[in-house]
Amino acid sequence: MRRLLLLFLFVLWMAPLQAAIEAYEFESAQMEADYKKLIDELRCLVCQNQNLSGSDADLARDLRRETYDMLQAGKSPQQVVEFMVERYGDFVLYRPQFKSTTYLLWLGPFLLLLCVLYLLVRRLRAADKPVEVDAAAMAEAKQLLEDKESGK
Amino acid sequence: MNRFVLPLAVFVLMVGLLGYGLRLDPKKVPSPLIDKPAPEFSLAMLDDPTRQLSTADMSGQVWVLNVWASWCVSCRAEHEVISLLANKNLVTVVGLNYKDEPADATRWLQQFGNPYATSVIDRDGRVGIDWGVYGVPETFVIGADGMIKYKHIGPVTHESLEQKIMPVLKELLS
Repeated sequence: MRRLLLLFLFVLWMAPLQAAIEAYEFESAQMEADYKKLIDELRCLVCQNQNLSGSDADLARDLRRETYDMLQAGKSPQQVVEFMVERYGDFVLYRPQFKSTTYLLWLGPFLLLLCVLYLLVRRLRAADKPVEVDAAAMAEAKQLLEDKESGK
Repeated sequence: MNRFVLPLAVFVLMVGLLGYGLRLDPKKVPSPLIDKPAPEFSLAMLDDPTRQLSTADMSGQVWVLNVWASWCVSCRAEHEVISLLANKNLVTVVGLNYKDEPADATRWLQQFGNPYATSVIDRDGRVGIDWGVYGVPETFVIGADGMIKYKHIGPVTHESLEQKIMPVLKELLS
């Protein structure tokens, strides 16, 4: 009985701990999904290696609220992203946009892969090529081998 | 011998780039607001909450917006430098009291001295978001045309005042 009471108290104590992250209510499942996706892809600028959903910083809380308010007001996820980029720059995005300043970032790995493939193909071709032999040298080598065999 | 030249060159290039990257400060995120119009606000003044100050009131003059809070430790560190700047009487220095208790903020100013022409209250940090504030203190230089010319992140030191902020101000005022 006493154990049960302790467990009950423990659960009571746990409840507020779980409520540390704000509980927002959404009009639709789609909006909730948009919200979750946004706060996963937006960076918290205070603790830079965390996204908004993972950060407990004050600013992250404010930006989560901002994201929620904008979605509630009927803004699209794209508009939320634009709002954040206008204020905090591209750095706020964990998934950088595809534009002139980020071409190298997005395409660089593929360019590198192409370069490596080119070098590989060149090397393989070179290995395939039959070795050119000087006819006179070949004849001399044969002669030497024969001499060696006959001399045995 | 020749076949080592290319890998060596690539290696040296990598070391150079990584070395450069190491010296960058990841806390200094370039603001997209530079050379953009200063985001508008209209906020109650700390010393007289019945009066409001808006960005429109500041148009036509070069001014400095310093984001501060009484809970912000580095603000105390830069307080001396901000006071120095304000005492030069070159430009109006406006304080944006960010996410602070007005009573605490007033006490802070009384204790350390008030360098600001006026401070406005951004209680919930909503204006801070519009200005892309992510760490207090931050300091903005706004031109007479209402454009943000420079943003300083973190406490302003004597060096950064002389080497970064003053040249911008002098150019704007000339």
